[in-house]
Amino acid sequence: MPLEDYTIVIGLEVHAELMTKTKLFCSCSTSFGNEANSQVCPICLGLPGTLPVLNEKAVEFAVKAGSALNCEIANFSKFDRKNYFYPDLTKAYQISQYEMPICRYGQVEFFVNGVKKVVGINRVHMEEEAGKSVHSGATITDSEFSLEDYNRCGIPLIEIVSEPDMRSPEEARIYMETLRNILRYANVSDCKMEEGSLRCDANISLMPKGATKFGTRSEIKNMNSFKAVQKALEYEALRQAELLDAGKKVVQETRTWDDSAGITMSMRSKEEAHDYRYFPEPDLVPIVLTDEYIQNLKDSLPELPVAKLNRYLNELELPPYDAELITANKDLADYFEAVLEYYKDAKVVSNWLMGEFMRLINEQGLEIDQVKVKPKDLAAMFTLQDKGVISSKIAKTVFEDMFKTGKDPDAVVKEKGLVQISDVSEIENIVQDVIKNNPAPVSQYLEGKEKVLGFLVGQVMKFSHGKANPQMANEYLKKALDKLK
Amino acid sequence: MELINKSALELHDLLDKKEITSREIVEAYIKRIEALEPKLNSFVTLTLEQALEDADKADEMIKNKTSTTFTGIPIAIKDNMCTYHVKTTCSSKMLQDFKPPYDATVIAKIKKAGMPILGKTNMDEFAMGSSTETSFFGPSKNPWDLERVPGGSSGGSAAAVAAKQAPLALGSDTGGSIRQPAALTGVVGLKPTYGLVSRYGLIAFASSLDQIGPFTRDVADSAALLNMLAGYDPKDTTSLPNKRSDYLQALGKEIRGLRVGLPREFFGEGLDKEVEKAVLKAIDALATEGAQIVEIDLPYSKKALAAYYLIATAEASSNLARLDGVRYGHRSENQKDSVTMFKHSRAEGFGPEVKRRIMLGTYALSAGFYDAYYLKALKVRTLIKNDFDAAFKKVDVIVTPTTPSVAFKFGEKVLDPLAMYLSDVYTTTANLAGIPAMSMPAGLTKEKLPIGVQIIAPALAEEIMLNTAYTLEKAIGTIGLPTLEV
Amino acid sequence: MSVIDKKTVEHIANLARLYLTEDEKEEMTVSLNKILDFEQQLAEIDTENVKPMAQAVPLENVMREDKVKGSLSIREVFLNAPDEAEGFFKVPRIIEKD
Repeated sequence: MPLEDYTIVIGLEVHAELMTKTKLFCSCSTSFGNEANSQVCPICLGLPGTLPVLNEKAVEFAVKAGSALNCEIANFSKFDRKNYFYPDLTKAYQISQYEMPICRYGQVEFFVNGVKKVVGINRVHMEEEAGKSVHSGATITDSEFSLEDYNRCGIPLIEIVSEPDMRSPEEARIYMETLRNILRYANVSDCKMEEGSLRCDANISLMPKGATKFGTRSEIKNMNSFKAVQKALEYEALRQAELLDAGKKVVQETRTWDDSAGITMSMRSKEEAHDYRYFPEPDLVPIVLTDEYIQNLKDSLPELPVAKLNRYLNELELPPYDAELITANKDLADYFEAVLEYYKDAKVVSNWLMGEFMRLINEQGLEIDQVKVKPKDLAAMFTLQDKGVISSKIAKTVFEDMFKTGKDPDAVVKEKGLVQISDVSEIENIVQDVIKNNPAPVSQYLEGKEKVLGFLVGQVMKFSHGKANPQMANEYLKKALDKLK
Repeated sequence: MELINKSALELHDLLDKKEITSREIVEAYIKRIEALEPKLNSFVTLTLEQALEDADKADEMIKNKTSTTFTGIPIAIKDNMCTYHVKTTCSSKMLQDFKPPYDATVIAKIKKAGMPILGKTNMDEFAMGSSTETSFFGPSKNPWDLERVPGGSSGGSAAAVAAKQAPLALGSDTGGSIRQPAALTGVVGLKPTYGLVSRYGLIAFASSLDQIGPFTRDVADSAALLNMLAGYDPKDTTSLPNKRSDYLQALGKEIRGLRVGLPREFFGEGLDKEVEKAVLKAIDALATEGAQIVEIDLPYSKKALAAYYLIATAEASSNLARLDGVRYGHRSENQKDSVTMFKHSRAEGFGPEVKRRIMLGTYALSAGFYDAYYLKALKVRTLIKNDFDAAFKKVDVIVTPTTPSVAFKFGEKVLDPLAMYLSDVYTTTANLAGIPAMSMPAGLTKEKLPIGVQIIAPALAEEIMLNTAYTLEKAIGTIGLPTLEV
Repeated sequence: MSVIDKKTVEHIANLARLYLTEDEKEEMTVSLNKILDFEQQLAEIDTENVKPMAQAVPLENVMREDKVKGSLSIREVFLNAPDEAEGFFKVPRIIEKD
């Protein structure tokens, strides 16, 4: 039967690196992109005899993340060891939270094609990153050896485990994008999928429409972009549907997404089912959080996407399209609000950001934080426009220059001589010149063809290199022509 | 003046009065070590040249009046405590070339105090054993009878102190690894309250049970050395932030009215008659000093050994997993793939007892068995702790034999793991409950083998425990040290 | 009483990443059974409503400040490395060969 006759069931396990300065259990730096193995110490290298000491900031960030995801924050939580051997895991166990995670039972909301969707969060727990393997061949399977870099080993992570609430690959992608947005708003993770600071594994299964019992699921790994999440799950849903249609069974297994080939592949492994032998970490003591501590962190959270969207719609009265687009990108929203500090008309600002601003950003492939135009300067440009110093047409030219150079609008206007001509005698002079040089249209006008006026105003603008105040050009041209009648 | 016959505190006085130098002390010990080491095998690594250099530095400190109690007094260190750039092997092939790039917290303290380190002492491999027979470097001998074991796992440290190869030594105690060898070699061995001494840099056997403690020839030295070792360490999350005590100051107080508990369960089946007699005599001596003897019950202590061996091995299976041949330690030539390399490196690097305990611990944690074994053991641990909590409402200290019998002969138990585990039958309870306990000589058997008496106290009551030991030591006299032909 | 068989020993050895010879497997089966037999005494104890004790310290919330301190020098990182290449720890192929 066609895929439409199946219900797709998807749950995601998302890992996000927390933006602490140091690792979860030692004081090594977490900064990205440095020489291999230059950010390791006896503790994260797992040398015998070393002991972990918990980073208080990681706890704070985990609580903030949990609060932002509407979770219950545990007054009592603790760490466990997850035991498995792998070259990138220096202690051969990962310190994680198994029995008593720091956050449970939350939810996130988002819109899919205009319809509101709520996905439950089962738990959020803290754990440490593993190191990074660089393989000698093109893939891990072709590699005769691998090289281990432990700089990443020990960076704090939160794992966010969703309920199996998603019903389409698109929902899964939007859920991921929503999570990223929330975590970035909460300022606890930079969520860069390309640097691996945000990753996800997906569980997906199919069941016939109307059924209540979930089918056998497969776990999909190695989806390294939001697009990949959707593509991999679309592929996997089809693959499972074909299997089921053919009367075959879905095997419970881990599969890896090959983005270039566009397929998922079974991760061939002789390893028996994992037995992580979790047990309480004896080297760390429990985390006991007071309600006051939790409330303080909750209160310290900045405005989150859903609240911001509602405010933009209700208080700023932005059109829904603009409001959604701006809030979907924390940096853009921050920029928007920074401009509003200096310029009150939100619609003008929003229009400009949706238009010229995004056009240039997209053209040049920039991120918001790379834009040279200071919010204050953009606001100043709007003020120049309001005062009639520049026309809206000139404003575009001015903005392009500001975007390129980072200069303030006054400087650009002065440098390029773009100040609008509003001087009556100057405009009257230009008008006389235009009348002199365009005898034919002028006589047409005088014969009653009033439409020609537009052409003549255009000539005034052209003659003044666009600097003439358009309203004045219109007004004085009309006056001069009427005198000739 | 035979410097090697002096206690550490006596040496301190002589140094203080400038009658001797640290170099003279260290030289005397070097002579003794060199003479006896071929017979005893107390050490895995000797650091004698460095010790001489450190002795000279200590003499400078004394001259400059920047010295403290133990400045200039040498010490031996069990080879499971990390020493910067000095091999730390755990008496295992796995770590036979391992040079830590850092110092354990206790080592940092020793260095800061200006104590020359004579060397790293032999032990059962990864502290798993009660005789030093599981050491990759061969067993150490008991200075009282070279045919017999010195106990373990800190057997090298115990033998070194008993044989006057060092005035002081450090050991670690997970289920009796300080107290049992102390008893078998006739010296004083103390396991502090869990969390009193930092574990940072101690290569873990069972993290929730391990504690570092001193080996000394008498109780006063034990108290003084504990003064130096104890204290909060920000590098060890499980270290206690309590106010510091002066254990030496606590010695010599009258014990009139002290309530001494005598647990029935420790005096039953399996206890050697001569050991029992000596321990009861010691208890009588305490009574003579004015202590009040109270019979008590610790019903779950009989189950301690069974709980201990599951908890300790479960933690050990995880702690020793990092020894996979990737970053340090032995790596097998068989490198077909990473998994094969892991399996063969570990098979070649670990001895049979370590493998057995890793297997037992892995089993106890594995799916389907966790509840029946590991979790069950943790619950029994609670019952054992509750026993002690109840007992310490009635008594101030508890006195028991340290071991069921005196030093046994080589080979006698090594083939029967369970028989070997029974050496720890009286000592594991203190580790499970996290409370302090110490062993001190209670006398000699007819065969001239030392007998140990154990004193157990509530958490952080080391002062009372040490004062009881000090009183007992004065009352029953010392057993002296073995006469070894050099 | 036999609690575990050779197959279980093989499974546990695999989890623990220990290669065992046939002789070692035999010996291990015997000695582990003996120990597990001894452990059966725990089963007899009533532990209903007893909380497990995983630690012996009454501490909580021991944490450190999020402040960067020095890492090891590259030389010290590789001081004990069995195999090193270009500043990395080198390991044989990760995917098992048949």
